[in-house]
Amino acid sequence: MLDLLLLVIRRDLVLAMRRRADVLTTLIFFVMVVSLFPLGVGPEMAMLRKMAAGVLWVAALLSSMLSLGRLFSADYLDGTLEQMMLAPQSLSMLVLGKMTAHWMVSGLPLVLLAPVLGLQFDMSVQALGVLIVGLLLGTPVLSMIGAIGAALTLGLRGGGVLLSLLVLPLYIPMLIFGTGAVEAVASGLSIASHLSLMGALLVLALVFTPWVTAHALRISME
Amino acid sequence: MISLDIWMRENPLTYVWFGSYAVALLIFATEIAMVRHRRKSTLQQIRLMRDAEADSKDGNTA
Amino acid sequence: MLCEFRWSDDLAINWFKYSAPTTFYGLAGKLIPWFAFSAAILFSIGLYIGFFVAPMDAQQGEFYRIIFIHVPASILSMFLYMIMAGYAALGLIFNTRLSAMMASAIAPTGALFAVISLWTGALWGKPMWGAWWLWDARMTSELILLFLYLGFIALHASIDDPRRADRAAALLAIVGSVNVPIIYFSVQWWNTLHQGSTIKFSGTTMHVAMQQALFIMLVACWFYAFAVALTRVRSIILERERNTTWITELPEVKQ
Repeated sequence: MLDLLLLVIRRDLVLAMRRRADVLTTLIFFVMVVSLFPLGVGPEMAMLRKMAAGVLWVAALLSSMLSLGRLFSADYLDGTLEQMMLAPQSLSMLVLGKMTAHWMVSGLPLVLLAPVLGLQFDMSVQALGVLIVGLLLGTPVLSMIGAIGAALTLGLRGGGVLLSLLVLPLYIPMLIFGTGAVEAVASGLSIASHLSLMGALLVLALVFTPWVTAHALRISME
Repeated sequence: MISLDIWMRENPLTYVWFGSYAVALLIFATEIAMVRHRRKSTLQQIRLMRDAEADSKDGNTA
Repeated sequence: MLCEFRWSDDLAINWFKYSAPTTFYGLAGKLIPWFAFSAAILFSIGLYIGFFVAPMDAQQGEFYRIIFIHVPASILSMFLYMIMAGYAALGLIFNTRLSAMMASAIAPTGALFAVISLWTGALWGKPMWGAWWLWDARMTSELILLFLYLGFIALHASIDDPRRADRAAALLAIVGSVNVPIIYFSVQWWNTLHQGSTIKFSGTTMHVAMQQALFIMLVACWFYAFAVALTRVRSIILERERNTTWITELPEVKQ
């Protein structure tokens, strides 16, 4: 099981590295979206400090979502996906591997970049810390829920926008808890409940989304 | 043109009626119209198909 | 639709019979007029009681009368989503075509009720708290519910193959329904953090006439929803089964 998982992860990482431009455009998009907000609402620091967590989370959400279309489409187009589904190994495991690789390529860089951007919004060190932890818990869930959407919209025209439409409402709880945690730490309140709820959602996603995504792939491929 | 707030407070029932119920009834009417139109056009399509089939069966190939 | 009741041979109801589109088409056709007329009558009674019998509210004056459409619309939008997801699940598990058709038939009705709920909620908010939109928990959850409905409809419309469309949308509906409590809870929490306002009536109990009107309007909306959804599903059945002989034998087709 674990070997299969690592194999799939390594394969997807290698493929992603060959198309480094895609990975970088996701990051650039993240930076640009974050910069748009101060340009739109004005440079007043007090307001930006309040908005910071929300802006960074929403931007991370949107950036992560951009690359979801590619999760299955390349394999679908060259027939690899069909082979994966015919293989005796568990499709859920393969899917989990692809989700992990997607997170490592699209989610993790955002988590590393977010604190740098957070400084532009004059976020305090504790706030940045909670932001990082929150994004570390949240971005994998984004990859996992997004994979369901990617599987359902496989090969459809207008797939990218449709995917966003389907998946954004499902992201909202993570967004609320993630930004809520940053706000709580700014007000000196406890973040334990926020983080434990996010942890619970992460575990739930880990348990259910690979199986649901595999099911969705079968629906899309028959 | 008095502001909406003032008008609203002086004519609460009109506000409620035109604002909420009229809109709700409009939405209901639209939905009913849509549903009936769909049924009509589906039946029409089926009749066309059936007539086309009957024509081709009679040997009236165009 | 899995059981067979046999109080006597005459009364035996084979539920499987009605899970076939052919027989359901006929049953729905008979039920629709009853639901439609009942809905119209109940609407009239409900609105009459709501506007002419129920008294003014001490705090909210006449504006509270919006609830007679707002509350039923909210309740229906939520329950219809659950019913839709239920049919979707049935369709996926038992592979029954009719279940998937019912899910597709319910979706637009549920979405429109969500729209009515949001619109009337906004109109209620303006006189009460001075703003058309307050990001309170219920309205925000309702908005997200509308997004879930629209996603279902959009996904179904984007897939050409009807079987794939049914099953993909069904999976989405089920995933959405699992998320609805999570979303509702998180939005509740978000709202209390940001001090939203809650809607209260003067006193803890509502006047009897208000309760009556509310209940009647609720039933009226349910009957309306049944009538519209059943009409829609009949069109869907016609579309899907257009190549079968039983369709060509129908009186409305033979004309």
